[in-house]
Amino acid sequence: MTIKEEAKKEVIAICASHKDEPSPLMVILEEIQKKLGYIPLEVQEVVSKEMGIPVAEIYGVVTFYNFFSLTPKGKYVVGVCLGTACYVKNSQQIIDKFAQSLGIEIGGTTEDGLFTVDAVRCIGACALAPSVSINGRVYAKVTPTEVDKIIADLRKKEETANG
Amino acid sequence: MDKINSVEKLDKVIEDCSAAFSKKIRVGERTKDGKIAILVCGDTTCVANGSVDIQSELEKALKEYHLEDKVTVNHVGCFGLCSQGPFIKIFPDDTIYRTVKVGDVKRIIEEDIIGGKPVEDLLFVDPETGKKIQKQEDVNFYKKQKRIALHGCAVINPDYLEEALGYDGFKALKKVLTTMTPQQVIDEILASGLRGRGGASFPTGRKWQFAANVQSDQKYIVCNGDEGDPGAFMDRSILEGNPFNVIEGMMIGGYAFGASEGYFYVRAEYPVAVRRLKRAAEDLEKLGLLGDNILGTGFSFRVHVREGAGAFVCGEETALLASIEGKRGMPRPRPPFPAIKGLWGKPTCVNNVETLATVPYIIRIGAKEFAKIGTEGSKGTKVFALGGKVNNVGLVEVPMGTTLRTLIYDIGGGIPKGKKFKAIQTGGPSGGCLTEKDIDTPIDYDTLVAKGSMMGSGGAIVMDEDNCMVDVAHFYMDFICDESCGKCTDCRIGTKRLMEMLTKVTKGTATEQTLEDLKELSEIIKNGSLCALGQTAANPILSTMVNFPEEYEAHVKEHKCPAHVCKDLMKYVIDPNKCKKCSMCARNCPASCISGVPGKEPYVIDQSKCVKCGSCMASCRFGAISKE
Amino acid sequence: MEKVNIKIEGRIYSVDKDLTVLEAARRCGYNIPSLCSWNHGKCSLASCRVCLVEIRTARGGKLFASCVYPVADIPAEKGFEVFISSPMATKARKASVELLLSNHSKDCQTCVKNGHCELLHVAQVTGAEANKYEGELTPTTYDDLAPGIVRDTSKCILCGRCIERCKEAQGIGILGFEKRGFQTIVAPVMNKSFAKVPCLQCGQCINVCPTGALSEHREIDKVDAAMKAGKKVIVQTAPAVRAAIAEEFGKKVGEENGTGRMVAALHRLGFYRVFDTNFSADLTIMEEAQELINRITKGGVLPQITSCSPGWINYMEFFYSDLIPNVSTCKSPHEMFGAILKSYYAKKHGLDPKDIYVVSVMPCTAKKYEEARPQNAVDGLRDVDAVITTRELALMIKRAGIMWNSLPEEEFDNDLVGEYTGAGAIFGVTGGVMEAALRTAYHTLNGKEYEAIDFKEVRGLQGVKEAEVDMGAAGKVKVAVTSGMANAKKLLDEIREGKSEYAFIEIMCCPGGCINGGGQPFVKPSLMENEDPDILETYRQKRADVLYTIDERKTIRQSHNNPDIQVLYKDYLGEPCSELSEHLLHTSYVKDRE
Repeated sequence: MTIKEEAKKEVIAICASHKDEPSPLMVILEEIQKKLGYIPLEVQEVVSKEMGIPVAEIYGVVTFYNFFSLTPKGKYVVGVCLGTACYVKNSQQIIDKFAQSLGIEIGGTTEDGLFTVDAVRCIGACALAPSVSINGRVYAKVTPTEVDKIIADLRKKEETANG
Repeated sequence: MDKINSVEKLDKVIEDCSAAFSKKIRVGERTKDGKIAILVCGDTTCVANGSVDIQSELEKALKEYHLEDKVTVNHVGCFGLCSQGPFIKIFPDDTIYRTVKVGDVKRIIEEDIIGGKPVEDLLFVDPETGKKIQKQEDVNFYKKQKRIALHGCAVINPDYLEEALGYDGFKALKKVLTTMTPQQVIDEILASGLRGRGGASFPTGRKWQFAANVQSDQKYIVCNGDEGDPGAFMDRSILEGNPFNVIEGMMIGGYAFGASEGYFYVRAEYPVAVRRLKRAAEDLEKLGLLGDNILGTGFSFRVHVREGAGAFVCGEETALLASIEGKRGMPRPRPPFPAIKGLWGKPTCVNNVETLATVPYIIRIGAKEFAKIGTEGSKGTKVFALGGKVNNVGLVEVPMGTTLRTLIYDIGGGIPKGKKFKAIQTGGPSGGCLTEKDIDTPIDYDTLVAKGSMMGSGGAIVMDEDNCMVDVAHFYMDFICDESCGKCTDCRIGTKRLMEMLTKVTKGTATEQTLEDLKELSEIIKNGSLCALGQTAANPILSTMVNFPEEYEAHVKEHKCPAHVCKDLMKYVIDPNKCKKCSMCARNCPASCISGVPGKEPYVIDQSKCVKCGSCMASCRFGAISKE
Repeated sequence: MEKVNIKIEGRIYSVDKDLTVLEAARRCGYNIPSLCSWNHGKCSLASCRVCLVEIRTARGGKLFASCVYPVADIPAEKGFEVFISSPMATKARKASVELLLSNHSKDCQTCVKNGHCELLHVAQVTGAEANKYEGELTPTTYDDLAPGIVRDTSKCILCGRCIERCKEAQGIGILGFEKRGFQTIVAPVMNKSFAKVPCLQCGQCINVCPTGALSEHREIDKVDAAMKAGKKVIVQTAPAVRAAIAEEFGKKVGEENGTGRMVAALHRLGFYRVFDTNFSADLTIMEEAQELINRITKGGVLPQITSCSPGWINYMEFFYSDLIPNVSTCKSPHEMFGAILKSYYAKKHGLDPKDIYVVSVMPCTAKKYEEARPQNAVDGLRDVDAVITTRELALMIKRAGIMWNSLPEEEFDNDLVGEYTGAGAIFGVTGGVMEAALRTAYHTLNGKEYEAIDFKEVRGLQGVKEAEVDMGAAGKVKVAVTSGMANAKKLLDEIREGKSEYAFIEIMCCPGGCINGGGQPFVKPSLMENEDPDILETYRQKRADVLYTIDERKTIRQSHNNPDIQVLYKDYLGEPCSELSEHLLHTSYVKDRE
């Protein structure tokens, strides 16, 4: 996979905009993650060159934090909360059900690139447990039987959007 | 607003803002000019429940009714009782509505705003008397609370500096800058007895004193907002509800020990908090309340906001500093403590959000008054995120020394569905659980530790009889294994081994020796790990083993999970006498392991194929399926 | 140094205030086991938890990693006490080792670090049980694709020494921690092979690795095969090897100049001829000094930079290949030797060059890469066929059952080639090539010897040394000597920016030069009980002294006075930098190597 020249330029621009800050690596990586959706090695190499940080060190940082991803995530990132409040209300069942229905492992992405299922640690919406956050939208008190409907609705939305 | 570059100007602004704001949230009869203020909860939980739509619907409707000049609508921070959100509060009537939906907006406007009568079915109901409750202060949930750290939450619009200034904001900073020496500030905080709210409970004044004693060209104060405990959201709500208060607390700390730069480190999972905090800092800078020579006093202070990136261990202060420095969030040994050698090698104090949010209050009312709140060793209040199997899930701020009974029953409204209380887990993955026998213990830092748990940052998860405590321990261990940074041997490998032993217990393959080994290794990891994450990692195991030995033994000796949670030790069965042969369960079974003949033969689960997902039980309308 | 009183096991000791508890304890006679700590705590993550001690106050005892705990913080006067052998501390150290072992490959018997493993050592002293804990293992990687270094993560304990070493010595940071928690590994980026990243193959990481996770890529099998095939297997040994090889047989560092016994051992191992690479070091000086004179007198690109360190050449090709015009085109000495053996020597003896198999014993792992460079062959024939390190040679000697202490001292073979001078010997230490080249260049330029012989300004182990030397007819020239790429970087950046004032720069990849190469015997204080306590600070100087002593004792100390070299030029090569010399003895470099 090669990243586009444009993306490369964007990365260089991001690096440049933070050059005067003290140790800005985290800020830079966060911005890249948000902008590109992932931080592949190629991008890390660009950052390494721009910032003079060994690429092994950058890779170490990228693989340390959950928020950073080496591969593109699905269009819909299904974040099932596995915080305690949700867990004691059976959120494990919810995430298992999502994974099973989409036919992927937890953390994986569907082949069509539409869905990623991630376990997230507490989105702080404990009153809505078990809660699921999909691209920032929080689904409250999700039951296993609702899972298929949530997926179907999103698929439908995609189909309508595509024609 | 003009730049506030002198004390006099600040006085004037505070005076004006206070007058305007107290007018806005005045309680009493409606006046002739008819000004009405609607507050809508803008906390993440309520937003997730549609409060943003409610707010825009309100604004739209007000226009339709040509009321926009008379009625203001603002979002505010957390009301606390999140399980009943979204909330709307209306002044001057002081009416609070709960579980409001977009569809209720028109009625609220027609019946309440125009009609002057509360919308009955949106009011709280007293669970005992069945009576409707109109005022927030009359709701049981709020009666025993005291909001100090949450000052301004659910009152001010966190995006408006004017409202913060009109609601005590920056009075403490002014007091400090104009009437106190740095040492006096430290002495005041020492005298208040304030201890860190993030988990370690170290006296804040002493921490500041350490940093104050070090000579350095540069010092930093860092606000730890990397609230990682699953099931805890105190810091998020404080930052979302009144970011100005936290910044003010940070500035007071900076003044006290000589830091001119402040860093906020906030979880990336909290975008709203980050946004409001950044905005607050920008607005303060525009007005000159942040920057060089603040109020002409010679005190300079700047604030930076950094986001976390999803690593629980970054709540540990040295890991947090490493993260700000752009490194892997791996803790380093202390000493040297950050107060001596911290961010970029400079003296640094790391204070929790709630701690800093308490500081302005202490300065305003004085250490003496503050110290009257709480217990001997733990002064002031503590915010808890009450969750799990409790009726009122939400954010609670109570004086230290409040009992668990008050917390769970008076405030929390008891356990849902008449189930039996089993335990309350405090301190998250680092803490432990307390049981029925501890229910009347006044909770403070020291009693919790004495009982084998800890305050932690304030997560409080209630468990009932349906929760398996081995499974709970397993859950926390899984979390810790996932979040261990991997640096030190004891935590990296030790927690993995603990996890493997626990898995054996939940699968029924453990022996009594396994339990011995669990205990032994738990102690080893507790003593030998590098940082607090590892040192406390085994707490959930040790605490559940002490409090629920019979559950562990049931798993090991009888190969049974008494709560029917551990999948390998339980099964779903259909009672043929209760089965109505409707086939619903079979149709919902993802493993196609339920067979029967509709209307003729009762359904039976093939245990060898069952994946124990519980879909059948959830779908049965006749209660014919149970776990055993 | 200010002192502080500390109480260890009930006794009060006065120790330097800047020490860690671990260091202080050692001075007081307690050897606390430790693993991740290295270089007197200058590199320590305090992560292995093997050096835990109990520090007690009135409030009770807690465990701390002694390798980083400052004694200044626990003065006895304030009631602090250190316990090394309290039940809590003893149990914790044992458990830490047991946990490490539970995630560690257990093929100790066949491990390349057998005998040098610090983990095995701490397991022994803590009384750890090998199988106390069992469970899943972190997924492992075995990487032997690179010519110099083999990485086996099943033996890695994540101490981080190698990461630090690579950054500190070479300034490039090839290695890093990856992933998190139980999945954490130490690896080149993305867990790639060492062969797929800009690794210099210098092997400094191997030298600090406490276990078998990093080791040299062995070539003993190749040598065995060549012997078996009946080739004329000629061995040559680099100068630095003799300075350290005796350490492998229980000698203290610097105690024995191992030349004589090493040669005797090589004879007994059945090599056809045993030559000294010093001979071709002299040859290199002839070529390199001439090249320098040509550049100075003919207005060539300056400064000229030495080329005999393959780690440096790797670094240059990866990161500074715009400086190729500055780098001497001379092959490194052992490659020159190989080329001469397969041409001049073969011709004189009527041997088929194809039957000659050249083995180089080097202090270096990067030489294994250099050996395979396409440029290091003449007319399709490899200059050198196998490179083994000092450690591998020691292994071969042990394998053959040869008892070092019973060996006589023998001389290198002298058969057309082989004579060497003191100038060649000092190649093995930083500054040596410079000094040797200056002696010869002075002679060429002035027609007489430099009287003082020694150019002492360029000796010593500092990172960058500079000197202004009076070259007589050519006036004064500025030269610089550096080792370790982290040090070299500054000089290279100056050249790049056109600000360099030097005429000649010597660069060695490993800090201190070849005596400290990645193929040299391990210096592990915890495993060397009879060694001086400050050995980590002194071992390089002690090895260097061996070489300087050899130089001083030599009657001929200038390369151009080596009689074999004189004959070689007269009979075969003509003169330095002649067409034939260029063909056989010079090489070329790759721009922007990936």
